[in-house]
Amino acid sequence: MSNIQSLTYFLPELILTSSAMVIILTDVFFRGRNRNRLIWLLSLVALGIAAIFLLLQTTPPDAIFYGALAVDPYSRFFKWIFLLATVVIYVVSPYSRELDNNPRHEYYLFMLLVVFGLFLMASALDLIIVYLSIEIVSIGSFVLAGFLKQERLSNESSLKYVIYGALSSGVMLYGLSLLFGIAGSTNVFDIQAALSGVPDKAHLTLAVALLLVLTGFGYKIAMVPFHFWTPDVYQGAPTTITAYLSVAPKAAGFALALRILGITFGSSPDMNLGEWLPVEGLPFGTLIAIFSAATMTVGNIIAIQQSSVKRLLAYSSIAHAGYMLMAAAILNAQAVSAIMFYLAVYLFMNLGAFLVAIFIHNRYGYDEIEEWKGLGFQAPAVAVAMGIFLFSLTGLPPTAGFVGKVYLFSVLIEAQQFWWLAVLGVLNSVVSLYYYMRILKAMFLDSEPTGERISGHPALSGTILLLMIPVLLFGVYWSPLMNLVRSSLEFFSPGM
Amino acid sequence: MDWLAQHLLTLIIFLPTVGAGVILLLREAQRGLIRRVALGTSLVTFVLSYFIFKGFEAGDAFQYVEQVPWIPNFGISYQVGIDGISLLLVMLTTFITPITILSAFNAVRQRVKGFMVALLVMETAMLGVFAALDIFLFYIFWEAMLIPMYFIIGVWGGENRLYASIKFVLFTMLGSLLMLVAIFALYSQGNAQLEYYTTSYLELTTLKLSPMTQTWMFLAFALSFAIKVPLFPFHTWLPDAHVEAPTPGSVILAAILLKMGGYGFLRYCLPLFPEAAVRFTPLIVVLAVVGIIYGALMAMVQPDMKKLVAYSSVSHLGFVVLGIFALSLQSVSGGIIQMVNHGLSTGALFLLVGMIYERTHTRQIADYGGLAGLMPRYAAVFLIVTLASIGLPGLNGFVGEFLIIVGSFNTQPVAAIVAVVGVILSAIYLLWLVHRVFFGQPAVALSGIGETGKGPKLPDLTSREWAVMLPVLGMVIILGVYPQPFLKRIEPSVTTLVNTYWQATAPAGIDQADVEIIDENKGNK
Repeated sequence: MSNIQSLTYFLPELILTSSAMVIILTDVFFRGRNRNRLIWLLSLVALGIAAIFLLLQTTPPDAIFYGALAVDPYSRFFKWIFLLATVVIYVVSPYSRELDNNPRHEYYLFMLLVVFGLFLMASALDLIIVYLSIEIVSIGSFVLAGFLKQERLSNESSLKYVIYGALSSGVMLYGLSLLFGIAGSTNVFDIQAALSGVPDKAHLTLAVALLLVLTGFGYKIAMVPFHFWTPDVYQGAPTTITAYLSVAPKAAGFALALRILGITFGSSPDMNLGEWLPVEGLPFGTLIAIFSAATMTVGNIIAIQQSSVKRLLAYSSIAHAGYMLMAAAILNAQAVSAIMFYLAVYLFMNLGAFLVAIFIHNRYGYDEIEEWKGLGFQAPAVAVAMGIFLFSLTGLPPTAGFVGKVYLFSVLIEAQQFWWLAVLGVLNSVVSLYYYMRILKAMFLDSEPTGERISGHPALSGTILLLMIPVLLFGVYWSPLMNLVRSSLEFFSPGM
Repeated sequence: MDWLAQHLLTLIIFLPTVGAGVILLLREAQRGLIRRVALGTSLVTFVLSYFIFKGFEAGDAFQYVEQVPWIPNFGISYQVGIDGISLLLVMLTTFITPITILSAFNAVRQRVKGFMVALLVMETAMLGVFAALDIFLFYIFWEAMLIPMYFIIGVWGGENRLYASIKFVLFTMLGSLLMLVAIFALYSQGNAQLEYYTTSYLELTTLKLSPMTQTWMFLAFALSFAIKVPLFPFHTWLPDAHVEAPTPGSVILAAILLKMGGYGFLRYCLPLFPEAAVRFTPLIVVLAVVGIIYGALMAMVQPDMKKLVAYSSVSHLGFVVLGIFALSLQSVSGGIIQMVNHGLSTGALFLLVGMIYERTHTRQIADYGGLAGLMPRYAAVFLIVTLASIGLPGLNGFVGEFLIIVGSFNTQPVAAIVAVVGVILSAIYLLWLVHRVFFGQPAVALSGIGETGKGPKLPDLTSREWAVMLPVLGMVIILGVYPQPFLKRIEPSVTTLVNTYWQATAPAGIDQADVEIIDENKGNK
């Protein structure tokens, strides 16, 4: 589709970028006291309009800008996830005291740009777009992670993020250029077509290219051994941003990796019922399985020793990436839908847990587990919600996390492959139960009631309680969500 | 009325949760009301379950079956129903829960609201486990028990409650997650053979699984159940959990939670994986017998009363597992009856230990002596319960142990003989306990109490405590003297279970003679 025609399909993204421009101009010309409020409101309105246009987009799968971007239900599903996560973070950001000493309007601006990048990641079909979108997201995130300018940890976080990000995107770019060199095109479908005719000699190059690209994707989803940035960045960044980073870019990373790698290295280009094709000497499925095993085990084992809740949740989010990779080791429709389902559920439970961390941080200014003592009496509703988020993260019924995990495990079992990985996943869940219990224990068991009550801003507590609803609802009745995922399992492919 | 009859089982399962919801709306300060609502709910549940017991027609089919599609895309439905095996355990649950709640009036004085909510939610989960006929539903109820129990031990428990609660949760979770993997595998096998997805228990039992698949699945299920029973050597969480839990928690744990292991073996392991069960029977029987002897020996040397009772549970549940895996009509029936008996008598022992602890704040046996003179009625009740637990003819324990041992002689003679030694040992440690606590010179710590008026008083059983104990004592005697109404309802289901089991496994090396023995036994009853 030509560029002009494409624009109609690009409206949500256009809204995001143009409103970012408006915000920059507002920032320059409007100097009133309510600047923060105004910009906050503008961004929310922009997100709302983008959501409306996204809702109106019901066309069958298609590619726009001469095949550079896909417009299909698959990318729309992820865009909803990004929008939802962003709105949640926007709603609570004015009430996070951490951010009080910094100009929030810049923060809102950068978040809008990150959302734009995420939208591109979910629909990229071209290596150039892959790289560009990852960079847009990364640069925005670097700034946001270092947003607390007066705090050493936040600066450290930003710097580490930049260094790791630069290195891994450099490595990935090298891999992408090798792919381009082999295939002679940057379009993934061309690459897929070219790869099927690759002479044997080129296989080593292909394997190297694949590993290099995987590094870049692995960095985005915090896959072991490319996870080293995660704990420090998550700890140092403002908690709102940590929550955001742990959900939205991770989902985008999965969306991108599944689509790009699935098309180029999967057995069927339309991604329905495929499997990973082994590049000579490199059994890809097994490789992912090993990465998955390493990711969940390392994440969980290190999480045990953490005393800071933010760090604990950071490591646990690594572990969750590992669970999702478990299904990625099998590349069929069921696996992709299981990952999508889990990401949707993970959005609610992980954001919920981080919002409670913001709640605590607002009160005490620290995020050590110690500070959580007695929360069960001081703010019972929030504590119960946290309990539910933690049970869901562990994967206990009747919460959505349980259903999500059931799907992930059942992928392996249905495929009758990687039994060891399923068992390892189970053992890891037990380990995770232990450290989630530590928070639970601090909240409910470690101290006697003192009669003191703490309450946060109603917007914050309200959002926490709202997030609890889907976590419980999808734990008992998840058909609607699963049906949505199933219907989103439609990809653009040129053969159509 | 028809509607009520059709939905009776669902009503029973979820009524406690409704009660819990009502309690949530009350304020902590309305303690009396909270307690009355909790007790009322559980009593109504019991009365309703009595109608099920009355209306249950002896037969091996599932009754009161209800099925509502839940997640139709995946073949998951809400399906409940009971047969003779689950009937008794459902009754036990509804019977014990009100007693536990009544005992909590004394034992739990802080954060009453939370406790009652946890207890009632537990009741729903426990009833759900026994009644579920959908394997997915079963798993959800099974896991749902974990959370309230964690809090019951962790919030209202003793000194070392944090350690105990975490240990309990980790042990249970480890087992149940492996079971979950096996459930998926079963689900996927079901799709391969039936060509549609289903999680219905009744449909999954029709599958023909290869020996290898059976072995793995059996191991995964059996580990989960063995931890719950607990079978030696997976029992180490039990003494900690029991000692640290508050009295009502211990009672629920001993009386009902531990039964889920045995129930799981009967309901899932044997019918689903008969060939693997045959292969592992020797191993499990050996573990059961080791558990009987080991638990008894450990109980003998415990200085703490609650720990002694906890280890006696390990020993008594060894009998249950032996009965189940001896796989004759008598032994399996005995195993089920013994589960109920153990629920009653061990539950009662925990209640009694709790009562004396509330008065003296010590559970060390060495601190007691001559209590019979100070609290004669308490002593009498304690003695009756102890004798029931030992298995004195005329009381409930006898029926179960007798059936188990007689039944096991046919199929597992050596194990049966060793198990008899266990009976003797249990007489030794329990009677020795009675001897040290109730007879002899009053211990220094207790002497003077009541006479000089110094220190805590030792009043005899209060009327509320009588209200707690009398129903249990009644059941102990009824089951001991006239178990027929109960056995009559169990038997058809057990006969079917045992027969299908032997038929399914007959070609695999068991000759026809054994099958005939079973048939004869059936005739003998």
